[in-house]
Amino acid sequence: MRHPLPVALTLPVALTLSVLALTACAGGGSAAGTAPTVSSTRIGGSDPAVGPFTVFAASSLKEAFTTLGSQFEAVHPGARVTFDFGASSTLATQIVQGAPADVFASASTTTMATVVDAGVMPQRYNMATNTLEIATPVTPTVAVAGLADLAKPGVKVAVCQRDVPCGAATATLFAANKLTVTPVSQEVDVKSVLSKVVLGEVDAGVVYVTDVKAAKGTVVGVPIPTAQNVSTTYQIASTTGQHAGVAGEFVDYVLSPAGQQVLAAAGFAGP
Amino acid sequence: MSSRDRSVTSPPWPVAVPAGLALLFLGLPILALLVKAPWDRMWSVLTSETSLQALRLSLETASAATAVAFVVGVPLAWVLARAEFPGRRLARALVTVPLVLPPVVGGIALLLAFGRRGLVGQYLDSCCGITLPFTTPGVVVAEAFVAMPFLVITVEGALRGLDTKLEDAAATLGATRLAVFRRVTLPLILPSLAAGAVLAFARALGEFGATITFAGNLPGVTQTLPLAVYVGLEGDPSEAVALSLVLLAVSVIVLVALRDRWLRTGAAS
Repeated sequence: MRHPLPVALTLPVALTLSVLALTACAGGGSAAGTAPTVSSTRIGGSDPAVGPFTVFAASSLKEAFTTLGSQFEAVHPGARVTFDFGASSTLATQIVQGAPADVFASASTTTMATVVDAGVMPQRYNMATNTLEIATPVTPTVAVAGLADLAKPGVKVAVCQRDVPCGAATATLFAANKLTVTPVSQEVDVKSVLSKVVLGEVDAGVVYVTDVKAAKGTVVGVPIPTAQNVSTTYQIASTTGQHAGVAGEFVDYVLSPAGQQVLAAAGFAGP
Repeated sequence: MSSRDRSVTSPPWPVAVPAGLALLFLGLPILALLVKAPWDRMWSVLTSETSLQALRLSLETASAATAVAFVVGVPLAWVLARAEFPGRRLARALVTVPLVLPPVVGGIALLLAFGRRGLVGQYLDSCCGITLPFTTPGVVVAEAFVAMPFLVITVEGALRGLDTKLEDAAATLGATRLAVFRRVTLPLILPSLAAGAVLAFARALGEFGATITFAGNLPGVTQTLPLAVYVGLEGDPSEAVALSLVLLAVSVIVLVALRDRWLRTGAAS
């Protein structure tokens, strides 16, 4: 009696591995190969901001950029924006590997540098700054009143993992305040930290001020005094590729007073 | 081996071309992984604390998850294949749900069930101080959740396909039910038991979505190899490729090792 095991077995393993391989090796630096064509030579058109374009943005920008996107589409009929929110470092890796991003908004200057240094996007602009805050569950299991409580044994803390901008900022925060915090989890992005707090699985999570605001009462924020806090600078850049026209317009819009107002309303500070 | 019947015909091109494409599609990414691997720093990456920790944790948790799946999954397979009870079809459907459910959804479901504020988890916490999220047992729970159906389905299929005459004959000759199960049923389904266990182990080893959602990510505690690969991609992509090769190697080793054993039992019967 023969069983079809080997095939049935190889398939899921091979599929899993192919996905990993695709993620790791996608593209291979095709960004330089795409010549600037249509949009940069569109002189006759009154509005260059038309057509579809893709914005890769830090997950902490989700709410603000979603608003900015619909406002931009209202101002520029014919423009069609698609967002991809995630950890800035993940997005940067994807862009360097050839992911089709027309605009990149990063939560840190170092992450943006990897994209600019790779020659994918020429010019970067300071867009906003953000500071950290402690998020706690609405019905706490353990009371967390400030930074010092995070180092106490028995307090479950979630942070971003260190390669993500919020994780780097958190590490700086702990070092600057000489705190030794042993987190229960190093999450892949700031929204994952937030969701663990919302579900009450941790007693505290270190997130951005803007995340507590965006959570709309599903978490309770414990502010970190300015003297102890650290800030991270958000930068934005766009490609010289096929959608350079509309992508550039979007960057201009984000940096304009109208765009800055949306960011301020979300809790970001000026650049 | 002599019984293997080869009636070799060259396949017609409408079959050969898509078949070749499929093979290429499956093989090419693995080739890319091998080509792009940072062979010069392979040793230093693989012997790093993070890699070794993740590898050890992955092997331990996947083994534990397979054991859990085996201990409760084989009886479940028997019940589904042989017992008559109301709601059996529903039970079968329930077993297949984790097979088709996106693992991340599985992770959220596990949090809502066994999390600190979960349906069952809140009582585990208040009565016994047991919290599963962010712990190594939590990783085992997540892996067992996604891997067990593979074992149950495989074993159940084997039990259904079994010729009951042999069992009936043994019973007629005076064997007790337990003796029939041990001496007749079990040896007959042994290859499927091995197959199911290997499938479950391989699935547990590659588990990502449910693990990172339910158990979080902490090196040495819940960061299994797939998580280390994903996290590595953010910091050092070539490290992620190197770690991927470890997963590939472990998968191949598991396949080869158990395939040989499985073939031998097949030849013996």
